[in-house]
Amino acid sequence: MVGRVRELWEFREILWNLVRKELKVKYTASVLGAVWSLLNPVVFLAVFWFVSEVLLDGIPNYPVYLLSGLLAWNLLSVSLSSGAQSVIANANLVKKVYFPREILPLATVGVSLVDFVLQSAVLLVFLVVSGYGFTLAALWLYPIAFIALLTFTTAVTFLVSALNVRYRDVQHLLGLGLLVWFWLTPIVYQGFLVQDRLADVSLGPISAWQAYLLNPATTIVIGFQRALYDDVNGDILPAFTMGELAGMLGVVIVASSLLLYLTWRLYFSMSGDFAEEL
Amino acid sequence: MSTAGRRQEAAIEVRDVSKRFRIYREKPTSLKQRLLSRRTRADDFWALRDVSFDVPTGGSLALIGHNGSGKTTMLKVIAGILRPTTGTVRQWGRLAALLELGAGFHPELTGRENVYLNASFLGLSRHETDRVYEDIVAFAELDEFMDTAVKFYSSGMLVRLGFAVAVHVDPEVLLIDEVLAVGDEAFQARCIDRVRWFQQQGRTIVLVTHALDTVRQLCDQAVMLDHGKVQAIGRPDDVVREMRMTILKHDLDYVHEEGSKEIEIAAAALLDGADALDGPVRPGGEVTIQVDLHANEAVDDPVVSFALHDGTNRFVYRGDTSAAGQELGHMAGSTKRRVRFRLGPVPFVQGKYWVTLGVHSRDHAHTYHVQDQRYAFEVQEVGDARGQVFLPVAVEVHDL
Repeated sequence: MVGRVRELWEFREILWNLVRKELKVKYTASVLGAVWSLLNPVVFLAVFWFVSEVLLDGIPNYPVYLLSGLLAWNLLSVSLSSGAQSVIANANLVKKVYFPREILPLATVGVSLVDFVLQSAVLLVFLVVSGYGFTLAALWLYPIAFIALLTFTTAVTFLVSALNVRYRDVQHLLGLGLLVWFWLTPIVYQGFLVQDRLADVSLGPISAWQAYLLNPATTIVIGFQRALYDDVNGDILPAFTMGELAGMLGVVIVASSLLLYLTWRLYFSMSGDFAEEL
Repeated sequence: MSTAGRRQEAAIEVRDVSKRFRIYREKPTSLKQRLLSRRTRADDFWALRDVSFDVPTGGSLALIGHNGSGKTTMLKVIAGILRPTTGTVRQWGRLAALLELGAGFHPELTGRENVYLNASFLGLSRHETDRVYEDIVAFAELDEFMDTAVKFYSSGMLVRLGFAVAVHVDPEVLLIDEVLAVGDEAFQARCIDRVRWFQQQGRTIVLVTHALDTVRQLCDQAVMLDHGKVQAIGRPDDVVREMRMTILKHDLDYVHEEGSKEIEIAAAALLDGADALDGPVRPGGEVTIQVDLHANEAVDDPVVSFALHDGTNRFVYRGDTSAAGQELGHMAGSTKRRVRFRLGPVPFVQGKYWVTLGVHSRDHAHTYHVQDQRYAFEVQEVGDARGQVFLPVAVEVHDL
């Protein structure tokens, strides 16, 4: 494993170049370029501000609530769906050039990471400009949630990109799976509601609420929401202390690291056949 | 013999390398297909079998063989693109594999961006690319187009740009596939010049090619692969000769014949004088075509003919016994007769010539037996004979 990391470091230039290439390809020949990436959250903010303030009266400051979870989710889902294609899309390179194959899924994570950073910047600017501000006491959860998000995303991206070379079902399954996964994660609706309704429903040894929490994306998203969104009345976010949430994120980080170790190994052992399977 | 000593000697060490491919009759790429078909549809195909050789530092090795002999697979295994099923490849020094011009070129990116991208795949850092960038642009002669997306380039411009990057890569070990041998003659000449330059710089080169003459000119070692196994290894001249002989033998398996077989060609051979022809013929030399006939039934006045076609299947010459004033007369059933056509001096400079043999009635109404291009001989130039045909020239010089 140490050898793989060292090898990857030697070839880091290809990784940067691929990320740069993807970003350029994405935005060249468009007049606004990377502004498109920023426009996405801006429009979201505007639309959901309108919807929540003017039409509905549900979650207060809904745009902030939505985007703090949605941006994290986007990093995960975009990495997975483009990661699944990463080896196939670069078949020509895989067949003709040597470089550590791990670079391909890592580059797709890198591209989504750049978008995540740009879009988060928009959100942060909005927080400041709108006068919503930060709850400094909770902001320290942000980097922990971010590490959990990145580790988990990388681990699962390795898995889908390796499997999709051999089983092209994965890309179709993934589209469906991400849809279900999205709605199983408290991004557009309140996590508190789920806790309220499922806590007493028993599923054998655990409650339905505990089963709901087995989804790592849920813990990660709640972490981001807690860090950025101020739940004034305590009826939006699930009732966890910050300490509990940090502990849960810690578990996700440890489990994701273990998963990353396994999926990386799987990816590496399968990558020996990539040039033939494509 | 310490390991450290060997390290300096060898740049590439290939040991007992085998590579197995799974050939799926209908490649199952979905889970359902895999589950339903299990393993029954997969066949094993060994592209390489126990291949071992060394390439010393500064050496130039050519991999030759038929299509499908495993040359390119071997090159990809050395490059690390394919992992060997068994065996090991060890390699020292920075390596660049030129399997394709312009690997990683993206149509939406500019020429400049593609140069940097492509160079990084060939192992050049950004800093190193900066240093040779001007040279690359000058070499490609694309100065005004470097900030244009390459989707607007002509295919010729793309090849030039890819080639310019490839030759400015400066690795210690260079792997070159025959795809580089595409392009016009000027392009190939530049390619060969550049390979020579690499050799002078003491770089190690492994070359896959079909151009046997290039092998003899450029390399100091050659490996011939046949169905994934090492068939010959050693000096290029010897290996190339072995290769040529194998091609000749191999081609004998191609049989196309027809006829009613009242008389058949029982045996045929190409001779050099009285002995079997062994190797190429010199321009102006002699070749004898010997045909042994066997009559299954009584036949009156058969004619034996031969035709020559060159390597591009162009008809070159036809001759027969009647034109030469020879008559075979009446052949009774179960009798044999031998006909020899002595050709010479051979008016060809170089190339491969295919011999078609036939036995037919004088009026061509009956074809008894035809063997289409079953035999071949090769003419190989020696000395300063050049051109389309061999012309014996006597030179006189007089004082005036």
